[in-house]
Amino acid sequence: MEQILNRIKDKIEIKISTKKRDDLYFFTVEKEQIEFILSYLKEQENFTHLAFMQAVDYLEDGKFQLTYMLYNYKIHINLGVNVLIDRKKAEMFSMHKLWPHIWQYQREIHELFGINFPGSPRVNESFVLEGWEEIPPMRRDFDTLEYSEKTFYQRPGRSTNDPKEYMKEKMYKNYADTPTIRREK
Amino acid sequence: MKKKDINEIEKQMKLANEGLPEKERALFSDARPSSVAPLNKYLEGFLNWARSRSMWMLAFGTGCGATELRPLMTSRFDMSRFGIAPRPTPRQAAIFVVGGYASIKTIKRIVRSYEEMQGPKYVIALGSCTINGGMYYDSYYTINRLDYYIPVDIYIAGCMPRPEALIAGFNRLKEKIRAGECEGMNKYTDNFDWYKKNQKQIIKDWNMPDYNW
Amino acid sequence: MNRMSENKYKGFEADRSKYPEMKDGKPVIDLESHKYTKIWQGPQHPGVTGNMALELIIDGDEVVDTKTRVGYLHRAFEKLMERRRYIQCFPIVCRICVPEPDTNEYCVSAAMEDLSGIVVPEKAQWLRTLNLEMSRVGSFLMWLGGQAGSIGMGAIGQWTVGMRDFWLDLFEEMTGGRVYHMYMIPGGVRKDLPDGFKDRARDLIIRTRKLLVNIENTFFNNIIVKSRLKGLGIITPEMVDEYGIVGPNARASGRECDIRINNPYVKYGELDIKMITSNGCDAYARAELRYQELLQSLDLVSQILDKIPEKGEIQAKLPNVLHWKIPAGQTYVKAESTRGEHGFYMVSDGSEFPRRVFARGASYTHAISLLEKLAVNISISDTAALMVSLHTCPPEIER
Repeated sequence: MEQILNRIKDKIEIKISTKKRDDLYFFTVEKEQIEFILSYLKEQENFTHLAFMQAVDYLEDGKFQLTYMLYNYKIHINLGVNVLIDRKKAEMFSMHKLWPHIWQYQREIHELFGINFPGSPRVNESFVLEGWEEIPPMRRDFDTLEYSEKTFYQRPGRSTNDPKEYMKEKMYKNYADTPTIRREK
Repeated sequence: MKKKDINEIEKQMKLANEGLPEKERALFSDARPSSVAPLNKYLEGFLNWARSRSMWMLAFGTGCGATELRPLMTSRFDMSRFGIAPRPTPRQAAIFVVGGYASIKTIKRIVRSYEEMQGPKYVIALGSCTINGGMYYDSYYTINRLDYYIPVDIYIAGCMPRPEALIAGFNRLKEKIRAGECEGMNKYTDNFDWYKKNQKQIIKDWNMPDYNW
Repeated sequence: MNRMSENKYKGFEADRSKYPEMKDGKPVIDLESHKYTKIWQGPQHPGVTGNMALELIIDGDEVVDTKTRVGYLHRAFEKLMERRRYIQCFPIVCRICVPEPDTNEYCVSAAMEDLSGIVVPEKAQWLRTLNLEMSRVGSFLMWLGGQAGSIGMGAIGQWTVGMRDFWLDLFEEMTGGRVYHMYMIPGGVRKDLPDGFKDRARDLIIRTRKLLVNIENTFFNNIIVKSRLKGLGIITPEMVDEYGIVGPNARASGRECDIRINNPYVKYGELDIKMITSNGCDAYARAELRYQELLQSLDLVSQILDKIPEKGEIQAKLPNVLHWKIPAGQTYVKAESTRGEHGFYMVSDGSEFPRRVFARGASYTHAISLLEKLAVNISISDTAALMVSLHTCPPEIER
């Protein structure tokens, strides 16, 4: 695997590469290089199986991170290729020429994250949502609890305890609160 | 009464079917459903007895509760003992078992199948998620209270209810039917506009007739 | 195993010569001409396929074009997990796949352990292996009944679902839950085995084997089953990479892909386990392969029962789970479910809540792009058998 990574590093510049486990590696590349690197990995290095493709929303940085998870049947190693794209101009190249089944992931990401894939087949069809009028729901600025309270009728009598608050109150009142990263609204 | 007024009233009695395209409106009935008054006491008692003995259920597993219907149908729990049988189409069924959480896309099909069933019809709702949302109370795509969209006769709580609980629920429904307490269908037709308002509030692309006869 | 000669693949490409015209690789279908009819199969489901609709366009009783419609079971698990603490995530993940919930539990626990560097004790790993393998048995039993039911053979369903219920009883003893177990928490498992569990499990294995002999006689040697399933839904070896096919569907096309062997997780590396492949490529070969795997799973369960250590920790020490922060990072953990590769991709940003969790289900490609291809040119009565033979599970598609 190290040899493969070195061979890739000869060809393009890799920003971050991490070894997570013996059979799992990640690296980050530029958006423009993704088409080259994926076809290189598929054709030359036998990473023929695309396990999935997904998006992560980094709202604070204004970025989306796309992950392509590849698998090599010969050396049994998973390789995740990460790409960061701009959140305001959310657009990505369609990879359906390499793997025909990737169109469904692209359709899902288009619907749930609002990332465009020009040229991807059937990308505008509805996947899970029907008659959806809000912003794409998997974006982090969409508040699902607020939407649920607004849209669906609540049955009275339901109470929710935040376990942390509850424990703090009952068990250790003097516990110094650790600063937590609050999630933005 | 003037003829014009009668026409006006008749128009109000009809359903608008606004979700359908113009040319398809003629293909669907626009009549309003009406409630059915019980017959005389003895005849109705006999009919209720007969209804409670032939509980045919629509085999539409709408959620994960359907996975416990399969042991119930097969050899170990064997619901045929209680006169319960799964039927493939809504027209032949009398009981709708809503198996758990209903997403917006499913509730549209649930409403449609429920309206297509012939009366008298009963609804059993399984699982905590039909009662108050259960663990999906904050999900943007599942409803919280089923009884705002279709009338429910019996709730079976649990996540998910065991087959024994299902049998107990069916038996309770049987008792209620025999006592003549299951008036869900009449409740639906009496409060038709309220139910429709709730349904249309969440089903944004309403492209079916207002009542599926 | 059924061997299929090379030239039988030929002519597999859908014969579209009788359809009116092709545009961009798709037939143009004019419903107004009354030559074609559009019907929906589902979301009422015919067998073990779950709530999934097929939009079929038929000419006579032959399927011309099909589209899979999913989303009836969308609960937005991934969104819900983003607003739950790590420990609150674990009871909801098992709801992602109903017939086989333990793979989800294992994957999400293992992903959290992987990110935070917790080492699971020896005995807990054995208990996890036992739980995973038992859930494979239960899922295969249910699938066998569904495959038989989809071609109109109800008796097998009565037998196997009845037998699966005794496996659920074992689960109940072991975990306290019948269908959803919530057994594997991050750091280990919740409970040890009860007294006498091993004897009851061994007894049940013998009973299941007896039943499977009957099933082999009535189902696999049945001439109607053979004539219905042979040649149905052929997956050529070239399609495996093209469509991302995994699990038994790929193994029935000769691809050696079993995560238990290729990337051993928990204790599978210490078990005697063989790769089962077949070159049949059609629905009958897949059914036979799953039957062999079911027998293998029973064998594995008895191996595990022999090897579980009597004493040992079952739970690693966790930090206080209510303030549990996992260091930033990303990981992908996968396990072999009965449908194939089932994985969780988890991204943490260093806070108490996961940044993103994604569940990769094997049915994702099987039920959509593969099924849409295979369903063309088959009879409408075979669509249910085809759906079941790919072993689709819609909840893991839409989550």
